[in-house]
Amino acid sequence: MMHAALSALLSHWWRNPLQLFTLVSGLALATALWSGVQAVNSEARASYDAAAATLDEGSFDQLVRRDGQPMDLSDYVALRRAGWLFSPVIEGRVDGVRILGIDPLTAPRGLGPVDATVGPDIGAFMSGAGQIYATSRTLDTLADLDQIEKVEITDTPPNVAYTDISVAQRLLNRAGEIDVLVIGAVQPLGQLQLAEVAPDLIRRQAQVSTDIGKLTDSFHLNLTAFGLLSFAVGIFIVNGAIGLAFEQRRPVVRTLRALGMPLRRLIVLISLELLGLAIIAGTIGVGLGYLIAGLLLPDVAATLKGLYGAEVAGTLQLRPSWWLSGLLIAVGGTAMAAAGALWQLSRMPLLAAAQPRALAMAAGRRAKLQGIAAAGLLLAAFVLGLTADGLIAGFALLGALLIGAALALPVILDRFLLWGEGRATGVMGQWFWADTRQQLPGLSLALMALLLAMAANVGVSTMVSSFRLTFLGFLDQRLASELYVYADTPDDAAQIAAFAQGRVDAVLPIQSTQVQIAGVPTDVFGGKDHSTYRDNWTFLEATSSPWDDVINGQSILINEQLARRANLTIGQSINVAGEAYEISGVYGDYGNPIGQALINEEPFAALFPDVTPQRFGLRLDPIDVPKFRDDLRAATGLPEANIINQAGIKAFSLGVFDRTFTVTTALNVLTLAVAGFAILMSLLTLATMRLPQLAPVWAVGVTRRQLGQLEVARAMLLAMLTAVIALPLGLALAWALLAIVNVAAFGWRLPMYLFPWDYARLGGFALLAAALAALWPAHRLAGTPPAALLKVFSNER
Amino acid sequence: MLLTASDVCKTFVTADGPFDVLKGVSLSLDAGETLALTGESGSGKSTLLHLIGGLDAPDSGSILLDGVNLAELDDAGRAMLRRGKVGVVFQQFNLIPSLRVADNIAFQARLAGVNDLTWNAELADRMGLSEHLRKYPEQLSGGQQQRVAIARTLAPKPKLVLADEPTGNLDEVTAADVMDLMLELVADAGAGLLMVSHSDRLAGLMERRLHLAAGQVA
Repeated sequence: MMHAALSALLSHWWRNPLQLFTLVSGLALATALWSGVQAVNSEARASYDAAAATLDEGSFDQLVRRDGQPMDLSDYVALRRAGWLFSPVIEGRVDGVRILGIDPLTAPRGLGPVDATVGPDIGAFMSGAGQIYATSRTLDTLADLDQIEKVEITDTPPNVAYTDISVAQRLLNRAGEIDVLVIGAVQPLGQLQLAEVAPDLIRRQAQVSTDIGKLTDSFHLNLTAFGLLSFAVGIFIVNGAIGLAFEQRRPVVRTLRALGMPLRRLIVLISLELLGLAIIAGTIGVGLGYLIAGLLLPDVAATLKGLYGAEVAGTLQLRPSWWLSGLLIAVGGTAMAAAGALWQLSRMPLLAAAQPRALAMAAGRRAKLQGIAAAGLLLAAFVLGLTADGLIAGFALLGALLIGAALALPVILDRFLLWGEGRATGVMGQWFWADTRQQLPGLSLALMALLLAMAANVGVSTMVSSFRLTFLGFLDQRLASELYVYADTPDDAAQIAAFAQGRVDAVLPIQSTQVQIAGVPTDVFGGKDHSTYRDNWTFLEATSSPWDDVINGQSILINEQLARRANLTIGQSINVAGEAYEISGVYGDYGNPIGQALINEEPFAALFPDVTPQRFGLRLDPIDVPKFRDDLRAATGLPEANIINQAGIKAFSLGVFDRTFTVTTALNVLTLAVAGFAILMSLLTLATMRLPQLAPVWAVGVTRRQLGQLEVARAMLLAMLTAVIALPLGLALAWALLAIVNVAAFGWRLPMYLFPWDYARLGGFALLAAALAALWPAHRLAGTPPAALLKVFSNER
Repeated sequence: MLLTASDVCKTFVTADGPFDVLKGVSLSLDAGETLALTGESGSGKSTLLHLIGGLDAPDSGSILLDGVNLAELDDAGRAMLRRGKVGVVFQQFNLIPSLRVADNIAFQARLAGVNDLTWNAELADRMGLSEHLRKYPEQLSGGQQQRVAIARTLAPKPKLVLADEPTGNLDEVTAADVMDLMLELVADAGAGLLMVSHSDRLAGLMERRLHLAAGQVA
């Protein structure tokens, strides 16, 4: 009996292959976008975890020389004799790969791939020609090191290789040198003070400021939100396909029940059938997701490096966790999409007739409830807009706004179409409006998907373009000097400064050091009083004369990130290395993850006497730049790479910026494509049910070609109305992203600009997509043989 | 002569191969005349009706309606013909579900550009539909829906009314009622009527009868 019932149920799909394709492809696309984003996220997180084991992102305090030079073995020996527990590290680059030389016997646990306390590899690591540990890709780069045994490991950051310190010293040609001493977490009691034993060394705290995982959380949250949005759009398609299949299978269900099949068993059978389809679609989706992730990952890696300095491998590994989560999300999505239909089936009377217009009728009954839910959610979004603070509240606002607007869309469209029908004068116009209104329930899910995709597009593009415009202005402000020169040593720096003096209009030293201000890791700069700063810098808030206050030596300028994180404002006093300064201005500092502050160069020199400027901004007539550049190189032997002109930096910065948002743009386009697909599938599905509604109109004298043209016009009208509603929704989304989510995620607020031409172009794309989606069903309708239309008038259907 | 069909042939391609539905059927009808087409299921009655109404094109033979050779018309020309000169009443009513009763009645006349509000009101009144003009088709009974379909067909005052089992979906009493009204209104409009029916009783109400068997006039 079960077999017979199952074949009766499955026969529906063989008779309706388009519906089966819609269901499977919708679910596969939803799963693909979701699992693709998850694959990217998990790959990045794995890279962060690996990076946490390296020195930069680790939790180890370090000892380095005050002048930044390498220390030698005698410093290390003196410290060990004084009772301190250290582990020496040397680092450098070979073929672009960062080589970290460690001492496995003294290294704290978690630093490097080998451990003196576990595993037999320690001997091989330290003896003979040695070993080098890295990912396979990194090892490929080091192919020339054929005398060293290469060991492949996966939990290591890209472009980083570990080896024994003696091997590293040999590879780097730096025998006897040490760069860093890693301080063990546990130290014996009663050692001498560090300042006494090694006065030339300073202790560098573990760098909490580069806690990559935390910094990038917001980026991954954004990706996840996009993945979820795409998934929701895909699930709309699935929901539509399952709902239609249930309606069309009512007679089969009625017959099976009349023949003695228990309702509960029938529900189990349908659930099993859907589970099978979900697993098939999920498997396809996970495969597609892998492809999408593979395409996106290089850009994500570039983004994370550009925005946060985080190294992420550009290649993808197959991780069982996301295979499984992809399949689970496909099954969960199907269950979610089918829940309503299964619930209806469980309550359906035995003799319930098939209702071809059930979708429309049910939608009519639901409209009121939907309207109330939409109003409630939009009200909640409004309240959150006034009160939200933080990432969670920001995303709750976005959720309420998007879901509320999606639910409100069919209600608004229905009212508008009714209004249009009332104002139509011609007979075809009147029928067109009335018929469009009748089609609305069948198309509303696809239109909701289009609304979400378009609003996301408007919102994100407004945010990105606003960001770009602000960033361009910011670059003009901050990169005012015509040339930037970098010295490798303090001696070179002095030589450069001496050469430039008198040959250029101004030499502006760029000097900074990192300190904690109000508990926030901050780069403090010592700035020179010059019109370059006074003329170009703009402030978010400032005293009446911020530069004069700074020159007087008692005031400080801080960036927005520091102001927001430490809740600081102008007039407040903050402590820098023991000295109190009053805040005289807060400036925008876009793209910088940490705090920044600027004081006058004199108090800076007094506070940080060991810091000498090794970078300079040079002001000169742009025409003189090439000659000065050549003269400087000839006089000082400065490498070409150490002289960068303003245009070069701007181009580089913009390049980093543009690549940062490549992923967002790609996901935007994919979501829009899925929405277009949803419209196509809905129209194709509806087309099979449309003949009884269109045949009478054809019979009384409207040609099939005219009917086809009207089908295209209908899709375009609905897309246009959806686009009109998507615009304010997208702008509200952009506002929420700029004013709430960005502030919580990055610590700065961007001004919002409007880009009418971009919105018009997007609207044009939506109309084009709708027209293209409608073209195929319309073409099929225009070519429907009269015999097929005439069947409507007989009992053959 | 309002209608002349000569040697009309039509073949459909089915899963079992070509099927000759009509094998050289000829008939004629004068203005104001009524003719019943009878025959077994599959004898080609409905197909002939569809060809005469310009809903489909014959494979061979000719159909002259009010002096117009249907074979010379393209799809748009046949659509124009259906708007004004021919009215078709179907067994399944086939109203436009998204329009109210009043709009359904006026639909074809408005398409033909001959909408006469007074005539529409009279049709609605005589069909007993005046109280239902603001309703949608799904809010009416089967008999009421068929009356709306007949009113829609007669609203543009067509020269020829084609009816395909117009009372096939109605009970006996309602069917008789609807049939009487249709005959009365067709007569008043001076239109010719060609009706397909299985019912001898209904066929007996027509002036002439033509019996089809296996695609030929018997």
